[in-house]
Amino acid sequence: MKNISRRSFFKNSVLISAAALSSSSTAKAASNEPLSEERFGVLVDTTVCIGCRRCEWACKDAHQLENQPVHSYDNRSVLQTKRRPDEKALTVVNEYENLKDNSKPIDVKVQCMHCDHPACVSACIVSAFKKKENGAVIWNGSRCIGCRYCMVACPFQIPAYEYNKAVEPEVKKCDFCYDRLLKDKLPACVEICPAEAITFGKRIDLIGVARNKLKLYPERYFHHVFGESEVGGTSWLYLAGRNFEEIGFPKLGKSPAPGVSESIQHGLFAYFVPPIALYALLGGIMWLNKRKEHSETED
Amino acid sequence: MHEFMHPKQIQNKFLTPGVITLIALALNGLAFLAIRFFWGLGAVTNLDNQHPWGIWIAVDVAVGVALAAGGFTSAALGHIMHKESYHIIVRPALLTALLGYTFVAMGVAVDLGRYYDIWHVMLPPNWNGNSALFEVGMCVMIYLSVLYIEFLPIVCERFIGKVNLPGILARLNRPLDRLLIALDRGLNKTMFIFLIAGVVLSCLHQSSLGTLMIIAGPKMHPLWQTPVLPLLFLLSAISVGFPMVIFESLLASRSFRLKPEMDILSRLGNIMPPLLGIYLAFKIGDMVIRESFVYLNTFSVESVSFVLEILIGFVIPLRIFLSRSLSRTPYGLFIASSLVILGVIMNRVNNFLIAYNPPFAEKAYYPSIGEISVTIGLIAIEILLYRTFVKIFPIISLPGISTKKAKYTIRGMAK
Repeated sequence: MKNISRRSFFKNSVLISAAALSSSSTAKAASNEPLSEERFGVLVDTTVCIGCRRCEWACKDAHQLENQPVHSYDNRSVLQTKRRPDEKALTVVNEYENLKDNSKPIDVKVQCMHCDHPACVSACIVSAFKKKENGAVIWNGSRCIGCRYCMVACPFQIPAYEYNKAVEPEVKKCDFCYDRLLKDKLPACVEICPAEAITFGKRIDLIGVARNKLKLYPERYFHHVFGESEVGGTSWLYLAGRNFEEIGFPKLGKSPAPGVSESIQHGLFAYFVPPIALYALLGGIMWLNKRKEHSETED
Repeated sequence: MHEFMHPKQIQNKFLTPGVITLIALALNGLAFLAIRFFWGLGAVTNLDNQHPWGIWIAVDVAVGVALAAGGFTSAALGHIMHKESYHIIVRPALLTALLGYTFVAMGVAVDLGRYYDIWHVMLPPNWNGNSALFEVGMCVMIYLSVLYIEFLPIVCERFIGKVNLPGILARLNRPLDRLLIALDRGLNKTMFIFLIAGVVLSCLHQSSLGTLMIIAGPKMHPLWQTPVLPLLFLLSAISVGFPMVIFESLLASRSFRLKPEMDILSRLGNIMPPLLGIYLAFKIGDMVIRESFVYLNTFSVESVSFVLEILIGFVIPLRIFLSRSLSRTPYGLFIASSLVILGVIMNRVNNFLIAYNPPFAEKAYYPSIGEISVTIGLIAIEILLYRTFVKIFPIISLPGISTKKAKYTIRGMAK
């Protein structure tokens, strides 16, 4: 008895681990819409940003969120604490000390990075998130069931949730002003920025602009374009005068966030072969055991 | 002549001090649930944008699914391996799995922001084959249906020839009786399809539950973040199946004042060392291969939790199950089984809560009084339902009574 159960148990576990391993060699993140070479991006140059927070105002204005009059954003005391985008503000500016020049603090605008291989899109149980061809990662409220797996998955911890709503709570995050882009308008934050710290354009062009800046002013910048390769690349790109990990950016690898989990999923469910094989195997064992018992009772 | 199962309805009194305590806990949980449904998750839970999942997912769902594994492991042993001597454990394990998964579904519904939209998961345009959660969701839904189908023959056995509706409904007695007989005959012929499906579905979602946290990537502590998580989840679920059966059987015998089924239970205990051994081999092997043991050098919540989980939940019970003298006593078996259960609970909580370190968290997550109350309340209701079911349906076999053998343990009247 023990032998049989142990043997079949081994078979099952080997089957499953083999399935998981066979596909991990071809680990690639699948995305449901092909990424356009022409897709948009935004380059944020934090060395130019003056921390006026007009982008915060414009964002709330464009998304019909509860807002304060624009002059109230001149109050810089808000910058004393580190804030995160949440369900009430889809973008916020945080301020960090400038080690090179104390009089010019580093201001960093934070919002959804619009990954090229988004973890939220891969994770969502009802495909409520989509990476659009133009680069935007948007949330479809009519599908969402509120499981918050997107928030578990996001490497930048961006999606926020309306915990205090009993009915129709929403996942809130920057949508790249998707509706404005469709009308050939700039994202609200880009449009309002008085310092031209945020540049909108084709992602591929912006990478060129960023690299050029690094080449021309090597002493001004920390030599890295954040977002060019992080988690497989993001639509939003950053330049800074200080190591990104010191100014609120998470340390991330170059492989897309959903890569490992997707290859396991696809390995376990490759054309439904592993589940069907397991079913057949168990059916076979069941049949053999019953036949054996049958012949024993006949003897 | 073999001694085969003979499940009976339990006749003991329902209301005991323990049951009254459970009812109080259940009401307390329901009160907090009312707050959650009227004022939203934020009114009851300590969840925030950094910590989207709390104990309602880690305990109610992840632990709930793992501890309901007794259903599929005993079905595999009793039906697929066709070991008839184990048949007395199959019905109690089936009921535990049935109630367990029902409460997993309820736990999910409580945690979902839009619980009323849960059916969106079933709509084909919404399907997302990349999502581990989608797979868990689908498998759990189908498996729950399979469990109810597996339970139907017990309903048939209980009510065939005994359908007795009151008043005007009495007219339906005969048609209902015929329906039950037809159902029983049909199920008797097709049950093997569902039995195998139940085991396959369990293997799938038990492992995919492990895939869930992989996408959190570097947000998860390296002691737990590994691509073999699905395998570890499956192996630990298989390891906790029989301890749950032993634990419950011993508790039920005590509660209903029956003689413990020591013969069967110690034989189940004998299967445990290889199961625990294989799990430990993979768990420790994974740690060695990924060299994640370096994190054990630092004294932290994570490293202590990791060591405690392995020692208490797997190493110590393995030693007890290996001991010939200890594993034959009810106490030895009970302690070893409880430790494995505790270990799997710790493992799931560690994976979903302790290991999860969001990058911008200003404070750690601790469950609120409301969250704990709801979790305990749901468990209390589950135990109360178990007690009710074993009084209504023939689930628990009384020791010492032999009967004819059946084609399937969960058969009804059909011959």
